[in-house]
Amino acid sequence: MNIVVCIKQVQDPDIPPRDFKVDEEKMTVVPPVNVPPVISTFDENAVEAAIQLKEAKGGKITVLTLGGDKAKDALKKCLAMGCDEAILLQDPAFDGSDAFGVARALAAAIRKIGAFDILMCGRLSSDWSYGATPLALAEALNLPSATQLQKVEVKEGSLRCERALEDGVEVVDVSTPCLLTISNEMNTARLPSVKGILTASRKQIPLWKASDLGVDPGSVGAGAATLEITKLYKPVFTGQCEFITGETLEEAAENLALRLRADKII
Amino acid sequence: MAKDVLILAERAGDRLALVSSELCGVGRKLAGETGGALVAVLLGGPGTRDLAKGLIALGADKAIAAESDQLKGYTNTLYTQVIDAAVGQVSPAIFLVANTSIGRDVAPRIAFRRGASYAYDCTDLSIENGRLAAVRPVYGGSAVSHVRSRTGALAVACTRAKAFPLADIQEGRSGELVSLEVKVESGAVRMSFVETKRVEAEGVRLEDAEIVVSGGRGLGGPENFSYLHDLAKVLKAAVGASRAAVDAGWAPTQIQVGQTGKIVGPNLYIAVGISGAMQHMVGAGPSKNIVAINTDPEAPIFQRARYGVVGDYRKVIPAFTKKCKELLQN
Ligand SMILES: Cc1cc2nc3c(=O)[nH]c(=O)nc-3n(C[C@H](O)[C@H](O)[C@H](O)COP(=O)(O)OP(=O)(O)OC[C@H]3O[C@@H](n4cnc5c(N)ncnc54)[C@H](O)[C@@H]3O)c2cc1C
Ligand SMILES: Nc1ncnc2c1ncn2[C@@H]1O[C@H](COP(=O)(O)O)[C@@H](O)[C@H]1O
Repeated sequence: MNIVVCIKQVQDPDIPPRDFKVDEEKMTVVPPVNVPPVISTFDENAVEAAIQLKEAKGGKITVLTLGGDKAKDALKKCLAMGCDEAILLQDPAFDGSDAFGVARALAAAIRKIGAFDILMCGRLSSDWSYGATPLALAEALNLPSATQLQKVEVKEGSLRCERALEDGVEVVDVSTPCLLTISNEMNTARLPSVKGILTASRKQIPLWKASDLGVDPGSVGAGAATLEITKLYKPVFTGQCEFITGETLEEAAENLALRLRADKII
Repeated sequence: MAKDVLILAERAGDRLALVSSELCGVGRKLAGETGGALVAVLLGGPGTRDLAKGLIALGADKAIAAESDQLKGYTNTLYTQVIDAAVGQVSPAIFLVANTSIGRDVAPRIAFRRGASYAYDCTDLSIENGRLAAVRPVYGGSAVSHVRSRTGALAVACTRAKAFPLADIQEGRSGELVSLEVKVESGAVRMSFVETKRVEAEGVRLEDAEIVVSGGRGLGGPENFSYLHDLAKVLKAAVGASRAAVDAGWAPTQIQVGQTGKIVGPNLYIAVGISGAMQHMVGAGPSKNIVAINTDPEAPIFQRARYGVVGDYRKVIPAFTKKCKELLQN
């Protein structure tokens, strides 16, 4: 079972709100100082899902990202967790790509990698949350897709997938090769082992440019983006919290109930 | 020049899903600006054509029904084919879907296929200089972006639940009802629907509840959700959870509130042992009144709350429950 996993490196989503900074003029997010970027949450679940499938069925996992200078660290971590090969797509031509531009570059890289059974992504990226890259990839590569999965089971020539829905679970069978996107319900990602880190440190990570992929530079990058950003800012919340107190916590609790009743909220 | 606005309506069992009304509302507004018609497409098994009539009362000038046994259960590739056929037929300027497990699953494919722009999870939509403009929270709600379509052609957008008001119902409104023949290119689907397993919430449905009591990591364990269930019974409330509580296995995923969970809009939202991370507040934010109970006076939830009690919920919740019961009996 050959698996390709697409991961994205993102700014740590758990930084305190006051450390989250926006440059309104340039309409960009300013990375926090001294907080290293991380692998987007659901992508870690995708890597874990791929490793578990490999452990059960054998095969090879290639992890792929389109990113900046630090993106190699994210790939190293995936290798240390148990992925076999990693490829970094990097080129000034990719700068400013939207989800569709990224999908075109990733699709070209996946064609170059060759045959695979499953292409995996996270269900949503935790920074720009375009909600579009995986399905655009499936479209570009003409693959069927099952998204936001909480479970995958390998059957003969197909996969039985459980989608985690708002009000239940939807079960679909998808033939391979296909695209799957993974949700946090599927698993908890492992930490790399010491042995894994050592193995990973010896692995080369090839860097592929637009010309290596035969991607038309006009189909990626800022020029090909279908949306332009016209404004970017931090939302302001002006509400004032009134702290309800009392001699004891029990009394504070009673006062809270009385206040909500007086306000006709309960 | 294309002017029409097409929306993807959805079924919820034997009714139209509420998001269909949200989409008709905003679709009507946009069609007013483009000077085009509002067209709605509905897919599903038996009964779909009858339900599609209801879209006219919600403001659609034309309703397209794709009714077929093959569409009873959702499969991405088949639904994409049928919806894309509707997009091809209508040739709209704007195509809107809701942020549901169907809408967000088909729209990116159709947008990519047709060289259209795509804006996901929009909280506002308007027309600026003849282009579709959207407001889109990003970074889990930590930032807000305003975006505008750069393509002169089709613009596709996906709307966030509860961000748009429901359409007015106008009984007797006239419109056209047509059927879309479902022609499946065999071999292109490559997937099949097996079954849906509904997880029924006990008591009040989270999305419809007037009061929601939600628990987070601060509860410390699965058994402590009983504190919240006791309170919920007294207040006739629904119980929700943060992702931390869901990931820990203390609560089912279907009651998660937030960016990747449910968006709720109750009159009262009581957050217990929840820090108030942006991604959680995406779901809890539309609540009219937020009350927070947290041991940490610096927790961000207090910046969004109207009332707060700083302290251990194990002391606060039982006393609060008791007092509420007393007050509500009188
Ligand atoms: C892409 C992405 C999507 C996400 N989607 C969601 C989502 O849909 N929903 C969601 O909720 N999260 C989501 N998250 C996660 C989110 O960022 C937070 O990690 C999560 O909401 C934290 O949950 P929590 O508040 O329960 O836990 P914590 O942040 O750990 O907070 C626990 C709180 O409990 C308080 N506490 C501890 N003991 C007590 C006590 N005895 N009494 C009272 N208070 C106590 C603490 O002071 C603390 O404030 C998402 C994250 C990402 C990156
Ligand atoms: N630059 C990228 N490199 C590799 N994979 C990506 C990239 N951007 C997005 N993805 C994949 O697409 C998923 C969804 O991203 P998004 O469309 O931004 O919500 C992510 O979880 C990744 O799996």
